[in-house]
Amino acid sequence: SFIRPSLITFSIFRICRSMSFVLPDLPYAKDALAPHISEETLNFHYGAHHRTYVTNLNNLVKDTPNQDKSLEEIIRTASPGPLFNNAAQVWNHTFYWNSLAPNAGGEPQGAIRDKIIENFGSFETFKQEFSKKATGHFASGWAWLVLNSETKKVEIVDTHDAGTVLTDPKYHPLLTCDVWEHAYYIDYRNARAKYLDAWWSLVNWKFAEHNLHAVYELKRRKS
Amino acid sequence: MSFVSKAFSRAARAFTPAVRPITSVASPLAPGVFSDPLVAGFATAMQSYTLPDLPYDYAALEPVISADIMKLHHQKHHAAYVNNLNAALEKYAAAEAKRDLQGMIQQQSAIKFNGGGHVNHSIFWTNLTPKGQASSAPSGKLAKAIETEWGSVDKFISTFNTQTGAIQGSGWGWLGLNKESGRLQIHTMANQDPLSTAGLVPLLGIDVWEHAYYLQYKNARPDYLKAIWQIVNWKNVEERLTQASP
Repeated sequence: SFIRPSLITFSIFRICRSMSFVLPDLPYAKDALAPHISEETLNFHYGAHHRTYVTNLNNLVKDTPNQDKSLEEIIRTASPGPLFNNAAQVWNHTFYWNSLAPNAGGEPQGAIRDKIIENFGSFETFKQEFSKKATGHFASGWAWLVLNSETKKVEIVDTHDAGTVLTDPKYHPLLTCDVWEHAYYIDYRNARAKYLDAWWSLVNWKFAEHNLHAVYELKRRKS
Repeated sequence: MSFVSKAFSRAARAFTPAVRPITSVASPLAPGVFSDPLVAGFATAMQSYTLPDLPYDYAALEPVISADIMKLHHQKHHAAYVNNLNAALEKYAAAEAKRDLQGMIQQQSAIKFNGGGHVNHSIFWTNLTPKGQASSAPSGKLAKAIETEWGSVDKFISTFNTQTGAIQGSGWGWLGLNKESGRLQIHTMANQDPLSTAGLVPLLGIDVWEHAYYLQYKNARPDYLKAIWQIVNWKNVEERLTQASP
């Protein structure tokens, strides 16, 4: 019962109540995103940072009522602090790995393309605005492409540190870009703008399209 | 006094030398100064902050902090704060000259981020010293004050490292002086927020933005925090305490 229908293809689930959270597999090999994002980066970003968030989360929920909650539930109910930070970062990073793919990048097709052009005028304008938001975010955080269910538009938002759009019910996440320094320092040092160029070469539009359709499907079911 | 000479005397009072005291950040000039075109150019030159030189070579803090990190940290990160600060202050001044309050407010976060970055890093470079030159422990007034608060230097370091290690995202761990109480405090700050905004005088700051340690220590922030005490310049911390004490 814990494999809940989810808006996104991945889910961090437990088989039964007493099991701890697991670090989901990367959707590709560690060297699959090279040269844009190196194997070394993935070894640390996935193998150390993401793994540590999962370990910390498990330690924090053990023998507490939170160990029976889903990851999303914990994120939505936890007060600011280590439990929220680790849970949110587990979720954010999994969403991030899925936002990238080998042999991807370039421009989107289909419904997501239409929506972007509808709301931003052109793909180029959207790309510039997303890059600006992501490179301009001061210190650690995330840049997101979301569908805003109130405005019915796709929008670019940024969150700080472990912040996630999951906590805002009007935002449906479509893609994310990690702009913590650990995401790019090995490959690009301080040059976050160069890292964004790499992100555009890897952006997984299929994932964004899937997420968009999942929101539409959810709305169709509700109406 | 004519308007022009009034403006000049205001500007003269506001003028501080190009080498700024590293613990302070000059406040924007008094409103109205820039509306006089004779003053505007003069005042713009005053506003430029400059990247301070390091008191040692880039490789001097090895093996605790690598030359690669020091070079990037100083020439890229700190330099960017200085450049962005100057750019933001120029925009602020231009908005102020037009009495464009919204324009002024729009620059405030950039001034805080980059000005804070400049203040913090300027202190940080002086808080560190090559391993061979560092005294192994604080002495005098500083040692006494640390022992009063935490019992021992070791206990202070362990408390400092626990709190600083726990900073979520980017930030700094500080040893500060509470001037009112005359007591030392450990206080962490997020992003580049200067310690002064918490009402404390900065004595010793440890940068835990990932750029400060990542190339060497990767995600092992606690290892970096353990190692850095080998190069803390206790003399500098003592000097700051003396300067700040009434």
